Amino acid sequence: MLSIKDLPKEKYVLPGHSACPGCPESLGLRFVGMALGKDVILVIPAGCSSIIQGVMPSSSLSMRVLNVPFASAAAVAAGISNIRGLLDIKVIPVVWAGDGATADIGFASLSGAAERNDDLIYVCVDNEAYMNTGIQRSSLTPYGAWTTTSVTGKKEGKKELPLIMLIHKVPYIATASIAYPIDFISKLRKAASIKGFKYIHLHAPCPVGWRFDPSKTVEVARLAIEVGAWILFEAEEGRVRINPPSTIYVDKSKRRDVREYLDIQGRFKGLDGREIDVIKKLIDDNWNVLLKLT
Amino acid sequence: MTIKVLTGNYAVAEAVKLSGVNLITAYPITPQTPIVEKLSEYVDLGLIKASFVRVESEFSALAVAYGASICGARSFTATSSHGLLYMHEMLWWVAGSRVPLVMAVVTRAIGPPWNIWDEHTDLLDQRDTGWLISFAEDNQEVLDTIIQLYRITEDPRVYLPGILGLDGFLLSHTSEPVDIPDEHIIKSFLKPRSQPYTLCGDELITMGNLPRARDAMFMRYDIHLSMERAKRVIKEVDLEYSKLVGRSYGGLVECYRCENSKYLLVGMGAWVGNMKDVCDELRDEGYSVGVLKVRFFRPFPYEEVVGHLSGIRGALVFDRSISLGSLGHLHLEILARASSIGKHTIIKGLIAGLAGVDVGVKEIKESTIKFINEIEELGYVKDSSEWLL
Repeated sequence: MLSIKDLPKEKYVLPGHSACPGCPESLGLRFVGMALGKDVILVIPAGCSSIIQGVMPSSSLSMRVLNVPFASAAAVAAGISNIRGLLDIKVIPVVWAGDGATADIGFASLSGAAERNDDLIYVCVDNEAYMNTGIQRSSLTPYGAWTTTSVTGKKEGKKELPLIMLIHKVPYIATASIAYPIDFISKLRKAASIKGFKYIHLHAPCPVGWRFDPSKTVEVARLAIEVGAWILFEAEEGRVRINPPSTIYVDKSKRRDVREYLDIQGRFKGLDGREIDVIKKLIDDNWNVLLKLT
Repeated sequence: MTIKVLTGNYAVAEAVKLSGVNLITAYPITPQTPIVEKLSEYVDLGLIKASFVRVESEFSALAVAYGASICGARSFTATSSHGLLYMHEMLWWVAGSRVPLVMAVVTRAIGPPWNIWDEHTDLLDQRDTGWLISFAEDNQEVLDTIIQLYRITEDPRVYLPGILGLDGFLLSHTSEPVDIPDEHIIKSFLKPRSQPYTLCGDELITMGNLPRARDAMFMRYDIHLSMERAKRVIKEVDLEYSKLVGRSYGGLVECYRCENSKYLLVGMGAWVGNMKDVCDELRDEGYSVGVLKVRFFRPFPYEEVVGHLSGIRGALVFDRSISLGSLGHLHLEILARASSIGKHTIIKGLIAGLAGVDVGVKEIKESTIKFINEIEELGYVKDSSEWLL
């Protein structure tokens, strides 16, 4: 098992970046750098990470970065991966895209690259709304959450994107959380060792959009797992395996009360008992579907 | 040198085969489809040593070509009409990144209603994107211009992507004898791939993060300057190509029997061939008429157009496209330099052949005679812009 001592000490996200206080994306980008080092080319569609880089000619990311149009990231990375052999290129294309660029506007190009099994790593950094334009709902915003375009709480559930990608039958898919960097880094390294399309869905609580104190980003991410609202798992060649610490929470009685997770966030303020029951049921349903696949 | 009977689409495929591309990607759309099929076959049979990426949309086609090109690959894609509109955002991104890349656009009307026939509005809708835009008159020019475009776009004075437009069905599905140059000649003509930077080397480069406003404006200005420089490059490349292959297209414009002409027909694309036939007939009938073919629409050859139109009595400009609420695209460009051309020259625009309406020698000849007679009788034209409905 990977230990913190084994990780590189280089700074891949430099001081002075333009992320908000408590931003999970700057954490996640650091982990990508620590996992894959200088071999990476990040393909970044429109989103918060377009801003975090800062103003040219400077960049806060000590990695190759190709900024691309919103819906295009998977296809651009596919273009790079498809000429690696012909032109003897060593770099690893890694898409770093938000939930909007992945599940919504860019979904067709994501699905296309997955179906072709293009040799690349796709990371969806999921902060559960369009945060860069100021907190509008996405298809990955969970049921009941306030956003500026769902002011009475979202009426629909969260699209199950990791499962949708699993059913694309790609060689590797995984979920991860910014609260568990060793797990995320190990998964990135495993993905880099596998040929074909690799998808990693990173849960990334956003203090600005979820309405919690910026000091609590990691705490909220951990709570999501402890109440069972976010499940760490991976699937190699379609074989699904729940990863620790989520393995404990297969036993429902071990999960913490979902209200602990909801109450810490302003976006779930004012939910009534019925709505909380809906959220509980959605969590149970997710577990049931996933456990049937293991 | 080999002469083959080829449709315009297959002429495109032959040109791509000769051009040493590393990556081809496209999504099928009528009337471009045979380009995709033929190139896919060439790659599968090992006749082209390239990667062929079978994408799920035109938007992804240009995105894939962009990713490959920015890492040093010579790439190619092709589309038409709705496919071109669907990739519009990517067109801006490719040009703004200064990535040389070549695309064929088989021109086709835009719906609704669904319409597969020829019109130039799809391509001219890309007017402002920073791509070089050219039109071919026949299938030989299709083949030659694709090859030339790789040289032009990869020239350090240019470093911009380029489009060859060929008329849907009129060229794409019409067979003509096409002379295919020898592979070794084209190999020496097209030097190894050149581009301003590559993102897949050892250096850690960032492309496209936020700019200061003035820097971004300067980047726009630099594209504009490169467009201006491209004019010289296009002429040089055409000249060099003619020395190797024996065919020249005049660079930016071609002047057909227009020396000492009193009247000029001005147009782009396949129907210029009809205009030349009309010109020959009218010359025989005693009219002083020539044809000015505009080969490159971007960069627009103002100097050449002003030079040819100054001092003549009248220019009839044919547009197979329309900026709705205004005029045809070519007419607009020429009117933008009307003060340099001078008041003596009467300029009239004719919107014709939209949505695939047939325009042949008969229609062009009648319109030309009407235009000339009106000027000769009245000294002016009643309508400076007209639809040939």
